[in-house]
Amino acid sequence: MKISFLDERLESIYSKVKQGSRLSKEDGMCIYETPDLIGLGHIANHVRCNLHGNKAFYVYNQHLNYTNICKNRCRFCAYAKDDGEKGSYVWSMAEIEKRLMERIDEPVAELHIVGGLNENLNFDYFIDLLKTVKRIRPKASIKAFTCVEIDYLSNLSGLSLEETVRQLKAAGLDMMPGGGAEVLNTRVHDALFPKKIGHDRWFEIVRTVHKAGIKTNATMLYGHIETLEERVDHLISLRELQDETHGFSAFIPLAFHSQNTQLSHLPPTTAMDDLKNVAAARLMLDNFSHIKAYWVMIGESLAQVALNFGADDLDGTIIEERITHTAGAKSAKGLTQDQMEGMIRSAGFEPVQRDSFYNPVLN
Amino acid sequence: MHMSHIDTIIKKIEENQRIDSIEALDLYRKLDLLTLGSLANQKRFLFHPEKVVTYVVDRNINYTNICVSGCRFCAFYRSVEKGYILSKQELGEKIQETIDLGGTQILLQGGMHPDLEIDFYVDMLTSIKEGFDIHIHGFSPPEIDFIAKRSHLSVAKTISILKKAGLDSIPGGGAEILDDDVRQRVSPNKCLSKEWLEVMRQAHLQGMRSSATMMFGHLEQDFHIIAHLEKIRALQDETRGFTAFIPWTFQPGNTKINVKKKTSVDYLKVLAVSRIFLDNIDNVQASWVTQGDKIGQTALFFGANDMGSTMIEENVVASAGVNFMLPEPELKRLITTAGFEPRQRDCFYDFL
Repeated sequence: MKISFLDERLESIYSKVKQGSRLSKEDGMCIYETPDLIGLGHIANHVRCNLHGNKAFYVYNQHLNYTNICKNRCRFCAYAKDDGEKGSYVWSMAEIEKRLMERIDEPVAELHIVGGLNENLNFDYFIDLLKTVKRIRPKASIKAFTCVEIDYLSNLSGLSLEETVRQLKAAGLDMMPGGGAEVLNTRVHDALFPKKIGHDRWFEIVRTVHKAGIKTNATMLYGHIETLEERVDHLISLRELQDETHGFSAFIPLAFHSQNTQLSHLPPTTAMDDLKNVAAARLMLDNFSHIKAYWVMIGESLAQVALNFGADDLDGTIIEERITHTAGAKSAKGLTQDQMEGMIRSAGFEPVQRDSFYNPVLN
Repeated sequence: MHMSHIDTIIKKIEENQRIDSIEALDLYRKLDLLTLGSLANQKRFLFHPEKVVTYVVDRNINYTNICVSGCRFCAFYRSVEKGYILSKQELGEKIQETIDLGGTQILLQGGMHPDLEIDFYVDMLTSIKEGFDIHIHGFSPPEIDFIAKRSHLSVAKTISILKKAGLDSIPGGGAEILDDDVRQRVSPNKCLSKEWLEVMRQAHLQGMRSSATMMFGHLEQDFHIIAHLEKIRALQDETRGFTAFIPWTFQPGNTKINVKKKTSVDYLKVLAVSRIFLDNIDNVQASWVTQGDKIGQTALFFGANDMGSTMIEENVVASAGVNFMLPEPELKRLITTAGFEPRQRDCFYDFL
């Protein structure tokens, strides 16, 4: 189809995309810099429709944040508490079981489980956690623990990374989310999350996990102090790692929410930036199957629009989102299946309820 | 080469030819969001080649919430016993605050109060103009039609009296959907379509400018939306009095109409079709009040060249449970980060 671009630099990106050639770092910069949002959307939508046609995916899921006690205390985080601080918590197995049982009649296909680095927990807690969830929800997939948690668990267990992952997998770990990558850059790391693992270790863990046959997602937290170049570099390093392992499932751009964090002076991300991050991901990450528009962070309304800017997945129904809402998110805490499907249909797409591995779920 | 029906319509738009309502309906039903956006964006730049987005600093003042219109989509109105009428002092305070915040106009609207006649309005306008140098954008057509009937005056006479007392321009509210079947189901006591249009015609004939609006997403069908645009365009051909068109979506919270809220994609498509179809209206406004800041900004790529008002005060949409706030610096940031220069304007869309 012929697209009339307002920014002629997009012509060459479009012809590269049509030929299936890989975009360069300069192309990535142009994607972030162009004022032609609609033109950019057309190119990203072209790629998205070639991959997924008219389908847009979502998962019926439940979030479990087992503890908010975290020793890392990243500057961008509003969720973490110190041990003993008012509002800090850790869920016992009984509490986890109760939360699962409360929703046992719902068709939850995926449990998304992440938490803080809590020094009171031992490795057995995590094995128990996985086994408990599997016992109560044997048919649902467990998508749990970011690379940051895996690193911590390997220290806790005193086991090698490989052995840690092997034991977690044996206890029920099916997949890993993409959080904790933030921006894979030393400058940003040192300024915002100095106690968190650096990008070398992040890559090492992802490689190990993928090698063990566990798929992961990948993310980028944008809208704080990172430069456009650092964003493009982040995407390119993920693309290179994916060439090597083919273990990434989806990429999720995460819009930073500053409220109640040490960066609360920063304004919220704009629609322009949110949509560009979706489009940039779709165009730069030519070896990723899926790009998510995470409605919790960019809002339901814009997530729907983002389906036309390169996203093919709206993530999940969730019901009880905690982390971003602590940082001031104004989106709903959950969406019903009806709302989710309505949003997708009115955006011009066909909803597909999926499992963690993008297989359609038949109700 | 054989061109599809849609391609023919697209070509017409690109050649800046007028499209008819059947073609507009086809576009709305069949075209994807981004192609509609591209076409609307092209039209927007034909009207406004400069990369500027305007906004106005003003305040919505509802002089009364007492209203006998009984619109089923409204969560704001009250009965005579339970409602209020602002005193002159309250009005004065609100206006002074507006001026202190850099405001240049007030949007003065009420309900359709059963006991007030023309003298009340003349007195209110006169006292505002005596105390303040401020533009009064006031009284939507249903109010003017109601005041005329209550006061046994013609619409033309009513407008000329209000104008003389200080009314500067008329907001396009209360249009809802200009189709009487739909109107009678959603706002049974409000003036009919032809009466709404007649108020605007008479105002324009007396040299008064007005905006035009459309509230959709309640009981209308898609063809009613296009028919609404058609009526606005036809009147504009006749009078050239409309400054801007502002579509927004019905907010179902706390109202008597139980429908699913229109989505952001629905809104952006209607906005884009409006920009394309209304080839004789200079400005199209984004509605951040109903859509929020993110879709408000996105609207700038789907045909809107104006961000509307900073709305120092807004009561009607807020009473339906939708409460977006956008102070002037934040409004300007949204415009700037979208790649446009923000310019404060007056009611006639002239830069300040």
